[in-house]
Amino acid sequence: MSDTKKAQCPLCAVMLGLPASPEVGELLDCPECGEELEILALEPPKLAKAPEEEEDWGE
Amino acid sequence: MPTHSKIGILCSLIRPEEKMIFEAFRNRGVEFERIDDRELILDLNSMESPYGVILERCINHSRALHTLKYFNDRGVRTVNKYETANICGDKLLTSFALVKAGVPVPRNMVAYTEESAIQAIEEMGYPVVLKPAVGSWGRLLAKINDRDAAEAVLEHKKVLGSYHHSTYYIQEFIPTGGSDIRAFVIGGVLIAAINRKADHWITNTARGGIASNYPLNKDLADICETAAKAVDGDIVAIDVFETPNGYLINEVNYTMEFRNSIETTGVDIPGKIAEYVIELARSRA
Repeated sequence: MSDTKKAQCPLCAVMLGLPASPEVGELLDCPECGEELEILALEPPKLAKAPEEEEDWGE
Repeated sequence: MPTHSKIGILCSLIRPEEKMIFEAFRNRGVEFERIDDRELILDLNSMESPYGVILERCINHSRALHTLKYFNDRGVRTVNKYETANICGDKLLTSFALVKAGVPVPRNMVAYTEESAIQAIEEMGYPVVLKPAVGSWGRLLAKINDRDAAEAVLEHKKVLGSYHHSTYYIQEFIPTGGSDIRAFVIGGVLIAAINRKADHWITNTARGGIASNYPLNKDLADICETAAKAVDGDIVAIDVFETPNGYLINEVNYTMEFRNSIETTGVDIPGKIAEYVIELARSRA
């Protein structure tokens, strides 16, 4: 039995599986619309569009 | 865990790197606290800190910089330190530090006006690379092949950019065939390196560069370890050009990304990061 959490893409509304051991703040791509998303909460799972890249982002 | 050895991980968005680092700490049974810079409120009038060691993994350079300074001033051992972030976050300061330490680098110049920048570019000779002093992931790099392009890009930077973009950092173009080396240094030791190959002159894996293992050698270790020391870096990723005359250090990154380099090199980079931080915390216990 899979314990994969699922959440709805806030942009295209598809239900998508969260990655294993998901973390709040984790980035993922919606497999349906391709949008980059952020995990906002885990109980219950909630996704939001990821923040836009800022000028000082990087490594 | 006593405050002076409590580990914090400063971050916001969780990239694959942060997730792997969290896992590395958990696998070692070591507790840490996530510090989300988006929720952080720093009391500038307090000199207290609930942490002994902080691993910095911010995606925003400006937030990393100020937060590291805040905690360093309160006696917290951060990885990396404020000074390292300050130097590595600014290509001018990085060049200053590397040249001062005698590290071989490409020819770099800085000019502050369009006129002096053109003069510097023509003195260096086309093509050159124009880079923002602050920036990452190959963002806003421009390869300038002739005077027409130079004038256009300089004017655009002057008119459309913030004042930061009117500090013109000019680097000689090193023809490497769309290839460079990314080397990882932890605790002063070169632990792994990859070769990045791209169809484009910008090779960042964030922009599609393909990674393969680059076998370590003494020359690479010497130059990378000297570069890491020049910026006082605990954990840094160093971008290196390989030329017929030897290696040249291009950039030093202080919040390194390594998602494409673990399987490629066979080195457990997140594990080594966690162990380095854990050892620092233990030394303070």
